[in-house]
Amino acid sequence: MANKLLRYLCVVGLSLPLTSFAASEAQEKILPNGLKVIVKEDHRAPVVVSQVWYRAGSMDESNGTTGVAHVLEHMMFKGTQSVPSGEFSKRIAAAGGRENAFTNRDHTAYFQTLEKSKLELALKLEADRMHNLVLSDQEFTKEIEVVRNERRWRTDDKPHGLVYEQFMAAAFNAHPYRWPVIGWMNDLEQMSTQDARTWYQRWYAPNNAVLVVAGDVKADQVFRLAQKYFGPLKAKPLPLRKLQAEPLQDGTRRLTVKAPAKLPYLLMGWKAPVLRDVVKDSDPYALEMLAGVLSANAAARLPQSLVRDSRIAQDADAGYDSVQRGPGLFMIDATPSEGKTVAELEAAIRAELDKIKRDGVTEEELNRVKAQVIASKVYQRDSVFYQGMQIGEMETAGLGHRHIDTRLEKLKAVTAAAVQAAAKLYLVDDQLTVAVLDPQPLEGKKPVAPPKGLHHGS
Amino acid sequence: MLNNFKNLWGALLACLLVFSVTSVNAGVTIQSWQAKSGAKVLFVENHDLPMLDVAVHFDAGSRRDIPKRLGRASLTVSMLQLGAGGLSEEVIAKRLADVGAQMGASFEPDRAGYSLRTLSSAREREPALQVLATVLTAPDFPETVVQREKARVIAALKEAATQPASIADKAFSKAIYGAHPYGLPADGEVEMVAKLTREDLLNFYQLRYAAASAVVAIMGDVTRAEAGAIAERLTTGLVAEVACEDIPNVEPLAKAYSERIAHPASQAHILIGAPGMKRGDADYFALYLGNYVLGGGGFDSRILKEIRQKRGLAYSAYSYFAPLKQEGPFQIGLQTKKQDADTALKVAQETLVRFIQEGPSAAELKQAKNNIILGFPLRIDSNAEILNYLGVIGVYDLPLTYLDDFPRQINQVTAREIQDAFKRRVHPDRLVTVIVGAPEK
Repeated sequence: MANKLLRYLCVVGLSLPLTSFAASEAQEKILPNGLKVIVKEDHRAPVVVSQVWYRAGSMDESNGTTGVAHVLEHMMFKGTQSVPSGEFSKRIAAAGGRENAFTNRDHTAYFQTLEKSKLELALKLEADRMHNLVLSDQEFTKEIEVVRNERRWRTDDKPHGLVYEQFMAAAFNAHPYRWPVIGWMNDLEQMSTQDARTWYQRWYAPNNAVLVVAGDVKADQVFRLAQKYFGPLKAKPLPLRKLQAEPLQDGTRRLTVKAPAKLPYLLMGWKAPVLRDVVKDSDPYALEMLAGVLSANAAARLPQSLVRDSRIAQDADAGYDSVQRGPGLFMIDATPSEGKTVAELEAAIRAELDKIKRDGVTEEELNRVKAQVIASKVYQRDSVFYQGMQIGEMETAGLGHRHIDTRLEKLKAVTAAAVQAAAKLYLVDDQLTVAVLDPQPLEGKKPVAPPKGLHHGS
Repeated sequence: MLNNFKNLWGALLACLLVFSVTSVNAGVTIQSWQAKSGAKVLFVENHDLPMLDVAVHFDAGSRRDIPKRLGRASLTVSMLQLGAGGLSEEVIAKRLADVGAQMGASFEPDRAGYSLRTLSSAREREPALQVLATVLTAPDFPETVVQREKARVIAALKEAATQPASIADKAFSKAIYGAHPYGLPADGEVEMVAKLTREDLLNFYQLRYAAASAVVAIMGDVTRAEAGAIAERLTTGLVAEVACEDIPNVEPLAKAYSERIAHPASQAHILIGAPGMKRGDADYFALYLGNYVLGGGGFDSRILKEIRQKRGLAYSAYSYFAPLKQEGPFQIGLQTKKQDADTALKVAQETLVRFIQEGPSAAELKQAKNNIILGFPLRIDSNAEILNYLGVIGVYDLPLTYLDDFPRQINQVTAREIQDAFKRRVHPDRLVTVIVGAPEK
């Protein structure tokens, strides 16, 4: 039987040495309408990931319509002139695909993962909704309720989510990073179909997008398909993006958030630079290594000193992201152990930072963080999706996907002296914002009373 | 010695589903044997990437907890890496980090264990495997660390007791399983954890972390001979036999039960369900496929359509069967604005009842099959995912042809079988309903 023969061939194929598995370079092409297409071939599995990244996120919004980038993301599944509401998802699912989308401060991205022969379907549908979206009041009215429920679920009922939201609003006075990606509830309540329409018309254009395709495909073929479906779309004049520099912070900012919880929580953040020039910059790399020395592994300073030695913390982490369009923050968050106060915890964290400022970090611990950087270069190749994510993030941040490896090389070259210097320069009180969760008993806050007579349940 | 050799995915994908025959790289060839130690080994050799994934599971999950020592199983597995073979937790962490290896504990109802990811060259692999072997075979349970970890668990339990999702999960499990171990809070209760001693953990370890119950999954850049040596090294120091204690049967619910728990959150968390199905259940494929249509298939599913798409009542709404050694939970879940709780509950209940009465339509069935069958390559497109399947196949004694069979079995299920299975297995008049943050009645 044919099946049997093919099966045999397959087995034979498997036992052959797998050739050419060197990581291939991503290839790129810019269509005449401005759409940048980047293809990362990876032939390990017969799977392809397609991601369309728009360089429009919550930082491109204005006060009064915060959350509109994310609302539009939801509406992108609600139908075009030729593909009715819900059909996008249905067709991708029928092809065995997974799909979703995400909105961030810097960008909005839509993705599908499919068996490799189905790529064309994804590109066809994405090109269609880049240009032909129908935004009906009827769909909007339902979907805005979904988004309000998403906000309740993500932020309003999550104590740490609330703290983070308030922290950002305090750390930034002017820059749009100050409002949440999901949007303020009041803005979601006021939002109209026209707000979403305006957003779509302003930012959804081939010259404001990057198509990233990763997986078991041939670059030439992807470029051809991209030209076929996205090629006919017209470029649009994009609004001028004015630089919104955050005024210099000069003095520690402190805030408290009350929410139903048991344990307090501490979030500290210092203003920090981000990568603008992958080759020439140095401080962002030093800050990444600093975050690593503080908490990249169980033997790092914060878990070792605060969780295990002094036992002042239930947990403690440092985080810093050098790849973003807006201003950066170096953050530390921690939960005090039972019986310890956030003040004691903050003092302990400061003591750890002072130690680094005073004595620096050791080669040994720096090399430990670098070992993770080196290994992660291999590990991340296990996920085609993640490879696409890296490309999209570097591109939308304006750094360029060709610098993904440069960045790793620069990280490996960071010296202990540079880490110490970065700690001294950036982790200073005048640049610090501190948010604290003040946990409230559950009985403390009265539930919002439902309207009388509405409920007839059993 | 058992020695099975079975080609799975390459043949199936490339040949039966009319996809490209050049996709031989997707092939998953599972080799399985029993180690001299008695452990069961599952191995997929793949040299595409210079890395190795290993996972070792034991019959030491939460189902092995007992009411008076709640939290013992969970604390035991988390303690293994916090001091072993005379090495402090700090030294263990450093040795792994120095070679860029990642190790983590896992804890589920039926199993507990560790997984390790490392580069495959000897310079990294050897120290990383040595740490894993030490952690598994020679944990020290240092007294001071036990006390500290107990305090951390207790603090986390107290925090969880204030959060609506955790409150709902706990109440739901208790309500559907009663005294059965699946109904016990997996991380314990404050009073019981406070009483746990180092001896409790050591005893549990010696009772449950036995070679005979170990399942070793190995995926990646080593040869069969190397995999054999790795499996021996990871399990040779273990006690040979596992204590044989039967777990009681899961009893079906006798009647409906409803619980409303007050909470100041803006949303109500609603969970509806009952004990569902086992791994290897005769109705597995019918219930799995049917659930895609009911609430597992995202925007394709009736629950998400009714709750979210038509009414905007929730961001997330779903149903699932979580198959276990015994009947794992069937659950419908959603979060909605407090004032909408009763409306959303009613819609969810009616959707379930209608689905059981009608079964899936022909179009729904086709859509579900297409998604699961055509999308099957996505489930095994990384070493991480294949490692996960090896663990499941090993722990649940599924046939080595499991991946091979899966799409074929799905394809054979009929609408009538789904309707019949749901009618026999899901009883809308005997379900548990938990609402945390419901409006007061």
